[in-house]
Amino acid sequence: MLKKLAIVIISTFLFSCSANAGSDGDLKLKKESQTKEVKDCFEKLNRATFAFNQGLDKAVIKPLAESYRDLPDPIQRGTSNAVKNLSTLITIPNNILQGDVKTALINTGRLVVNTTVGLLGTIDVANKMGFPKYVKEDYGQTLGAWGIGPGCYVVLPVLGPSTLRDTAGSFVNVMGGDPWYNASVHGNNEFLSEGLYITSKAIGGIDFRADNIESFENLEKNSIDFYASVRSLYTQDRENKIKNNQRGNIEVLYNDEEDWQEVENK
Amino acid sequence: MKKTILILLLYFLNFSSAYSIAPDVFVQSTVNRASQILSKNISKEEKINELKSIASETVDIRGVGFYSLGSARKVLNDKQKEQFFVLFEKYFLKSFSSRLAEYTNPKIEVYGKKILNENYTIVNSLLVSTSERPEIKIDWRIYTKNPDNPLIRDLIIEGLSLARTQKEEFSSILNSNDGNINALFKVLEDFSNR
Repeated sequence: MLKKLAIVIISTFLFSCSANAGSDGDLKLKKESQTKEVKDCFEKLNRATFAFNQGLDKAVIKPLAESYRDLPDPIQRGTSNAVKNLSTLITIPNNILQGDVKTALINTGRLVVNTTVGLLGTIDVANKMGFPKYVKEDYGQTLGAWGIGPGCYVVLPVLGPSTLRDTAGSFVNVMGGDPWYNASVHGNNEFLSEGLYITSKAIGGIDFRADNIESFENLEKNSIDFYASVRSLYTQDRENKIKNNQRGNIEVLYNDEEDWQEVENK
Repeated sequence: MKKTILILLLYFLNFSSAYSIAPDVFVQSTVNRASQILSKNISKEEKINELKSIASETVDIRGVGFYSLGSARKVLNDKQKEQFFVLFEKYFLKSFSSRLAEYTNPKIEVYGKKILNENYTIVNSLLVSTSERPEIKIDWRIYTKNPDNPLIRDLIIEGLSLARTQKEEFSSILNSNDGNINALFKVLEDFSNR
């Protein structure tokens, strides 16, 4: 109970900071729709946390991801599928909260098939059966879909880039929004534990890092301000996900149209 | 007389359209040229040099530079603009070609286009998946103000715009240095020389 209370207080604090944030380090991301913009209110702190995360990545996470990539392909694929399967437990309530009952039903079918026939999600049977492509949803996206702005950009220790809205969304997971967390931590079950929950999240992180080793290296090598590049890519990605845009959808491009129209080449 | 004018007009329209290049054809031809280079058995440095040459012909580097400057482009004087473009061209060609050189034997298929307005068309393409990477969607913002000479202004990879990322990097550098354009010039120069 105390833990939950602390989380609520922190969330409230973060949101109130967002409302009163100063204008230092403003990052206006949308010229046309001025209603929502991501501000880098805590840029100095964020940059320090980013540097810490990079150090941690080089010392621990990247070497682990490289070792993970040395595992046989079926093990990597199975792990990746199992992690994805667990994420449907968060996606389904968010589909409902966003009013998309049809996708919630499809994802429930996917979860049942993959957890049973697919041996605890290690085999993506639903995909082979022709289920529609799986799209993850989370509570941050739902808050965004409800019209709540991103608030300030933040870099979390270990977890990386986020916004105040997305951070608050993550707290919902541990406040009862993630059935996997509830079953592991509060399930009073001899097979599940908090340690298992944390391990599953850590494996998910390493799986993601292993998929992106070359992309991150390439980005870092060719950036003049790596921190700003990551911030830009994160905020663009979240905008696309909140609008449920298909990747590369034309609507994404219109955000900056006014600025493009001004540009001549003489 | 009316007929003659009509015939002349139709002839002129046909003639002019025969020389304009459809943006999707332009993209497909450009990616084919780039793919050929990336598939060659030559060193990475040689690949980068050849890619730079293609990029110089097909990318509107001045336009991308202007866009990347954001609102700062409105306060530069002519001398500063010229200084910026010299530095930006070197930076852009190095950064852009180095990013592309990481891909080996890429197969890109153009599958659609959407005309935004008379200045811009978005061309949709797909980097075909291999055993090592999934399929990747790449959209191209083509500047079509001169239909005879379409030019690339942006690549949107999986919904993420490279030009916007670059603009936000520049903005961040300017913000960290009280808007001092010379700080950006130095960063661009250092990048090109490293």
